[in-house]
Amino acid sequence: MIGYVLLVLLVLAVVSYFLGRRRAVSAVEGREQDLHSRPSYHGAFVAAWVGLPSILFVLVWLLFQGSVIDNLLLASLPAGTTDGLTAGQTSLLLSEIKSVAAGNIFGEPSATVLEAAERYNRWQTIARWSMFAAAVSIALMGLALAGGRISRDFRARHGAERIMSGLMIACSLIAMLTTLGIVLSLLIEALRFFDRVSPIEFFFGLNWEPQIPIREGQVTAGGAFGAIPVFAGTLLIALIAMLVATPIGLYSAIYLTEYAHPRIRAVIKPILELLAGIPTVVYGFFAVLTVAPAMRQFGEMIGMPIAPNSALAAGAVMGIMIIPFISSLSDDAIAAVPRAMRDGSYAMGATKGETITKVLLPAALPGIMGGVLLAVSRAIGETMIVVMAAGIIATLTANPLKPVTTVTVQIVTLLIGDTEFDNPKTLAAFALGLVLFLVTLALNVLALHIVRKYREQYE
Amino acid sequence: MSDAQVLTPAGTIDWNSDKAQRRVRRRYAADRRLQAYGIIAIALAVGLLGVLVASLVRTGFPAFLQTKVDLPIHVDASKVDAEDPASGNYRGLIKAALNKAIPDVPKDQQRSVRKILTSHAAYILRDYVVDHPDSIGKTITLPIALSDPFDQLYKGVIPKHMDALNWVQEEWFERLQNRNVVVEHDGRTSLKLDVYVDPAAVEDGDYVDLARNSLQAYFPRVRDSSLFEMLAPDAPAAIEKAVAEDPAIVGKTVQIYFPVSEHYATLAAGEEPTILNPRFNEAQLAAYDVFVDKGMLRTPFNWELFFNADSRFPERAGLAGAITGSFYALLVCFMLSFPIGIAAAVYLEEFAPKNRLTDLIEVNINNLAAVPSVVFGLLGLAVFLGFFGLPRSAPLVGGMVLSLMTLPTIIITTRAALKAVPPSIREAALGVGASKHQVMLHHVLPLALPGILTGTIIGMAQALGETAPLLLIGMNAFIPSVENMGLLEPATSLPTQIFSWADSPERGFVSRTSAAILVLLGFLVIMNLVAITLRQMFQRKW
Repeated sequence: MIGYVLLVLLVLAVVSYFLGRRRAVSAVEGREQDLHSRPSYHGAFVAAWVGLPSILFVLVWLLFQGSVIDNLLLASLPAGTTDGLTAGQTSLLLSEIKSVAAGNIFGEPSATVLEAAERYNRWQTIARWSMFAAAVSIALMGLALAGGRISRDFRARHGAERIMSGLMIACSLIAMLTTLGIVLSLLIEALRFFDRVSPIEFFFGLNWEPQIPIREGQVTAGGAFGAIPVFAGTLLIALIAMLVATPIGLYSAIYLTEYAHPRIRAVIKPILELLAGIPTVVYGFFAVLTVAPAMRQFGEMIGMPIAPNSALAAGAVMGIMIIPFISSLSDDAIAAVPRAMRDGSYAMGATKGETITKVLLPAALPGIMGGVLLAVSRAIGETMIVVMAAGIIATLTANPLKPVTTVTVQIVTLLIGDTEFDNPKTLAAFALGLVLFLVTLALNVLALHIVRKYREQYE
Repeated sequence: MSDAQVLTPAGTIDWNSDKAQRRVRRRYAADRRLQAYGIIAIALAVGLLGVLVASLVRTGFPAFLQTKVDLPIHVDASKVDAEDPASGNYRGLIKAALNKAIPDVPKDQQRSVRKILTSHAAYILRDYVVDHPDSIGKTITLPIALSDPFDQLYKGVIPKHMDALNWVQEEWFERLQNRNVVVEHDGRTSLKLDVYVDPAAVEDGDYVDLARNSLQAYFPRVRDSSLFEMLAPDAPAAIEKAVAEDPAIVGKTVQIYFPVSEHYATLAAGEEPTILNPRFNEAQLAAYDVFVDKGMLRTPFNWELFFNADSRFPERAGLAGAITGSFYALLVCFMLSFPIGIAAAVYLEEFAPKNRLTDLIEVNINNLAAVPSVVFGLLGLAVFLGFFGLPRSAPLVGGMVLSLMTLPTIIITTRAALKAVPPSIREAALGVGASKHQVMLHHVLPLALPGILTGTIIGMAQALGETAPLLLIGMNAFIPSVENMGLLEPATSLPTQIFSWADSPERGFVSRTSAAILVLLGFLVIMNLVAITLRQMFQRKW
């Protein structure tokens, strides 16, 4: 239905483009050179006035139709039906009414529900048709309004260009809106979480057992939300990843920028970048399929038990994923060191190696540090590798052979399946998400700051 | 002060002195070392990539083939009504065909032998007969897929027989052999162990623990109960027998011969003990061997992998649902992020005044590019599903979340492409009286389009591999049929399908997961190749 409404509006807009054009041409009796703007601008102006307001109207209508009908429906239920129901039970009732309305009847719905379902269907139809009528009349109003302005001297090009500028500004604001949406949604849900669980417990507690009972009588752990073990696990895995990625990435960047023949560099560099293009779910499966069993077998051989979902396996595979970040950012940093410093070092008789370790690396250090920080933020935010290869149970340990869990693993496991928004278990995911967002943001800002400051030194 | 010694009184350096030579050699060795580290690092990185690809290809390749048996089936006209072929007794037909192909199967084994074929065999036959009604009353030969264990067996992924003992257990036994504990006694391979015959245990008749403790004494650091599988079930009886023969040993430490269990006896005889793979039974393997001997099995290309939707049975599971879902999500993502991204980039690059708002927008876009993908999933969950009430698992929502993620990529690459268009073009167009918008639409954008498209395709390729945000909005639904898939219907996608299959316990799904990954990587390679070709075809040097 909505698709058809939008289609009708689009067709109207296209038709009005040609109407506007025709009208402009006939306004000057075919002498197009007399028009202030070319006929197509007149057409575009009219089409914009027909299409944009009506489509906008439909979108806004759709935003509110659902909740308005829901509230009307609840209000129309016989008095006392919703008394004493929690928010969750009310929404259950609503979804029962809706599924009955859609024709999926399970069991014996009560007469109230059947009646409400019928009402719901009726209102839905009314809402749809009134939206359609309103949208079309808005479109026609736009046609009349804009079409009426067409004349020989009408500055249609300016009008059309103004509309275009407005659209472009709106588009560039979407990036802002996204950030705003992220911050607001995380903040609101996190605050609701901290309403139920004290922030002190969350940030300093040592016990993380979020599987609290959702239904009455369900047997679960007590439910504890001390996130320290989760944070510690995240840091442990990120540390392992960096220990793998930093030396490999840095040394390969050094070799590629300073030693390698340009032809070798042209082959190797894209191969390294391939590592960054592989989806992380692939790395996760690689960890489960190959790396973890290999480590386990190796551990058995030397008599050390390595858990199948050890931090070591997850961290090592994450390290492989991060290699290209480190190598390409260090590559840039080393290449950005001014030629004069390199030449000066060679002129003093230094070998290539000495030039690299004593001149280039110290000069490129801020850039490399920035790259490493960006990589750390990647490692902390990486999800699929750890979801597949790391543990779910939060244990506070520094032993890389034991399974640990991470912030992202917890977010995913808490939110898969059950998404009622009113229990601390789901809300905890948003609190973790907020921490994750703030930490990665801080790391990124810091990294960019370091890189920028360093750049100013030489340019 | 070794440096001072090299200096001659005149203040010059004697470069030919041993010391100086040594030092130069040392310095160059350090240089070569650094170079070697670099080569090692690159070899490691490239090698790891190679291991990754190799292990995926090795496990994924078998899934591109499917073992099928060419089964002659007599479509009995009494069991299938020519008027209504869809509702015949096809299960019975398959049963009869199997009994004919493999005679002499005992009645109580027929059921398990039927499990060689996929559980959907009857439906395959039904679909064929419905399509070919003239086959009723004739005998047809229909390729029917084998069920997962036999598929894996035919491809050689899993063996018929497995090692009965793992290598740790074998090593334990070897240690005992080296200490001459393993001996032949009474015609049985036995362990000659020191036993402290504990009076308390004798009183309780608890000889099992006594036997186990005496074995454990040889392996003080092993904490694994599979160690005790070494003792035959009647081993504790040896103590009982010894006590009965000579009650005086109670309370003393004596040597007693414990017979070892069957597998260890085989091992002691120098053979590798094996057991039947627990996934098969003898009757099934006999029937399977008949198929093999008659040459009825073959492994054609597994088109079902691409044309079937998901299934609980590995031999039926395919990627059609996942590919369709990914296609819808990417379509939405493209429809949203391509126009919005270009408009935003054009505005920021060409029109925006330099003020705090536009600065803020720029910082924002750069930061958005680095926000972890799972956070976008949280955004989609809270805003699109929670606030706007859009349906869960829908490709529309998936595409919207993905478009928010690709937007920064597209904006950044579009701006770079716009920057690459030389100012002279703009100035020339402005000079002949074009408005700023006309310059943009008629001249700059068409010239920048190849670059923009390249960036967009790369952004789409990233979006195709994104998993975590789709997981959070539930786009990992179980989709057993490609019919009625739509923008608002529950769907799955390639990466989330990989995730679900990776979690499935059946052996066949390991191979399918690798195959799905290869398909995903194939799509990514194609997209990137298109991007590279576009760039090379339309790239202009100004």
